[in-house]
Amino acid sequence: MSIKKSLLLATAVLAIGLSAGQAKTLRYANQGELRSLDPYTVNETTTNAHLGHVYEGLTSRGKDLAIGPGLAERWETSADGLKWRFFLRKGVKFHNGEDFTADDVLFSADRVRAQGSNFTTRVPRDAKFVKVDDHTVDVVLTSPNPILNSQWDTWYIMSKKWAEANNTAAPTPAAATTPSHASLNANGTGPFKIESHQPGVRTVFKANTAWWQKPEHNLTEIIFTPIASNATRVAALLSGEVDVIEPVPIQDIERVKASGNAEALTGPELRTIFLGFDQIRDELLESNVKGKNPFKDKRVRQAFYQAIDIEAIKTRVMRGLATPSALMIAPELVPWPKDFVRPKFDPDGAKKLLAEAGYPNGFEVGMDCPNDRYVNDGQICQAAVGMLARIGVKVNLNAQPKGNYFAKVLKSGNYNTSFYLLGWTPGTFDSHNVLYDIQGCRDNPNSSRGESNLGGYCNKEVDALTDKILVETDTAKRNDMIKQAFTITTNDYSYIPLHQQALAWGVSKSVKLTQRADNSVLLYWATKN
Amino acid sequence: MSSIDTPAAAPVRTSRLRRILDSDIYASFRSSRVTMAAAFIVAAMMLAALFAPLLATMNPFDPAQVFLMNASLPPSWLANGDAQFIIGTDDQGRDLYSAILYGLRVSLAVGFAGVALAATLGIGLGLIAGYFGGRIDAIIMRIADIQLTFPAILIALLVDGVVHALLKGTSREDTAFWVLALSIGLSFWVQYARTIRGSTLVERNKDYVQAARLVGLPAPLIMIRHVLPNVIGPVLVILTINLGLAIITEATLSFLGVGLPPTQPSLGTLINIGNQYLFSGDWWIVAFPGTTLAVLVLAVNLLGDWLRDALNPRLR
Repeated sequence: MSIKKSLLLATAVLAIGLSAGQAKTLRYANQGELRSLDPYTVNETTTNAHLGHVYEGLTSRGKDLAIGPGLAERWETSADGLKWRFFLRKGVKFHNGEDFTADDVLFSADRVRAQGSNFTTRVPRDAKFVKVDDHTVDVVLTSPNPILNSQWDTWYIMSKKWAEANNTAAPTPAAATTPSHASLNANGTGPFKIESHQPGVRTVFKANTAWWQKPEHNLTEIIFTPIASNATRVAALLSGEVDVIEPVPIQDIERVKASGNAEALTGPELRTIFLGFDQIRDELLESNVKGKNPFKDKRVRQAFYQAIDIEAIKTRVMRGLATPSALMIAPELVPWPKDFVRPKFDPDGAKKLLAEAGYPNGFEVGMDCPNDRYVNDGQICQAAVGMLARIGVKVNLNAQPKGNYFAKVLKSGNYNTSFYLLGWTPGTFDSHNVLYDIQGCRDNPNSSRGESNLGGYCNKEVDALTDKILVETDTAKRNDMIKQAFTITTNDYSYIPLHQQALAWGVSKSVKLTQRADNSVLLYWATKN
Repeated sequence: MSSIDTPAAAPVRTSRLRRILDSDIYASFRSSRVTMAAAFIVAAMMLAALFAPLLATMNPFDPAQVFLMNASLPPSWLANGDAQFIIGTDDQGRDLYSAILYGLRVSLAVGFAGVALAATLGIGLGLIAGYFGGRIDAIIMRIADIQLTFPAILIALLVDGVVHALLKGTSREDTAFWVLALSIGLSFWVQYARTIRGSTLVERNKDYVQAARLVGLPAPLIMIRHVLPNVIGPVLVILTINLGLAIITEATLSFLGVGLPPTQPSLGTLINIGNQYLFSGDWWIVAFPGTTLAVLVLAVNLLGDWLRDALNPRLR
């Protein structure tokens, strides 16, 4: 660029800046990176929240998590529940100026269900999308689904023309080694545009002045940088180098509160952190046990569960800011959380169980763990390694940044794990999601059931109940069936639920924002002085 | 110190070493208190590392001995301290004193292995380049020149990344040590090669080499038996100084998270762990390993500096 040109540009930028009033830049740091901008690559709350600034779904979720209209203004269902009609908002434009129409919805419905997408459970595989006119879409189902659109706030609508013109009509898998156009660029309808994106380094969001809604925020720009080191992230907040951090390491919450120029917003989170086992392969990928899979034996899973000293994790690793859980769903989301209790911490009993299962001297197994995704995730895994060592199990821990972790363990990485730590918040805030996505059998290749059931736990009774739960409208009956299903999975030791972690955001005193209970940092509700 | 140095030397070098010790080098050592203190510290730390299992109160590498309930305890003389853990525990409940002993062991072992590899590689390539000259010399030294344009730590990071990618599937805990030694070895060989090549260029035209050639001795034998003993002197200095550098490189790589895993902490890993708690008041997790590393490297470097000066005829 010539000097003349850049001068001109600088003047133009200055002029825009002046005309729009004071430029407000909000700097936000998260412990994990933003790798791909493709909204169908990794179904993970943090990534979904980042991309929620750029893309929008047909529905939206408010500050209280209630479903509201999004790109669809309203919708109605037929009497038999098999046909949903969505009336799309008129006058909405993508960032590149194209109009948003029914074709984009049809395209996105195909793309989100295509191979490589991590969001296939968002839209039933057998649902047919029919274009009625440019701004009306019918969704025809083969069986009723009362919660069809409850996760559509994070099924982001992409532009058909843009995707096809840029050769990115297929979703980018998490395990992809070369980035696609959609993973480096974005063209949504949302309140912010991507100004620049360096994966894992820095992403700049510019306010979309042509947004169809009146913005609540007063920002002109958001600069996102990942800062993996806890101490560095806190230092950046306290020195004013960044305005918002997530999470505040729990050991530093008091310090942030006492600092005077920032505060720590804390609260319970709906996410359950748990350990999962590969129960589907005949031989574990990373173990010294050959010819059989020890995790297929329920006694081994139970032994692992009883070996975990959850109180120690709570008081030491989480410094009291976690609620131990016996359920795979947050207690706030079910009416009878107290009916489920964790088996007692009992390493001797665990050893006996292992011996009964044929492993009196334990065995060796690999463990996958993210180290920049959940609160103190790496430390939790290390603690688990120590606890399992005391029942004779040698765990080889592979803790790595979430980009590498997800690429390895998710479906696109062929579920390449034997034992892992994961966290889950049901996108619907309903038990069906947990039972379908992470407790459902993976055996039907034509169904997206069990997409995030990385270990392949399978119990047909649970699947049958899950299908009934989906269509049951009587709340009491439905809750009973949910309880039944969770009782079965708990007795199967399908997973080891650990705890609900606490939300902890560090926010500069000059910034006001809304903390949503699903830990989505949504800065389109933020204002800065 | 002479009693420790002498048996370590190869028999071919004995006569030369004797001469060095008989000359004023030993006097120079005795006259410098700083050097003696440094030598004492290095010797003490090596012994501590060697006998770590006897001196430590627990094995911090054995997860079954690490109890989470003891995590983040302050040093024993502070409130909430536990007499069992003299200088406190880390975030997983490892006794820091034991962890430092074992960490020292890993750091020193990686340092020695890395330096040994670098020296072997560098001396070999330097001898070949200097002895044969011509095209072989040009190729080897151009590679060395190219490598010199990168900082050593970058090469080490690169090697570490490539090897771990190649070893995909194997457990990091099993391979981390050798990968680190390899990356350090590959990033430090150039200095040795350049030094040896320079001296070899001078030696190869001397009469004794010509004579050996006339007798018909094979080239490798001439290089190792005749040239090497006469060019090895300066390498001793580089060896000592590089040991400090290698230990620092290991600590840096581990601090960056690509070195030894947190389940087998080296000094760098311990500092990395402690760094996470710097703001939270748990200063001991970073302070003690950090001080140990600083003292060790300082002592090694002081020894190296002294050796350089003592062997430099111009300074005598």
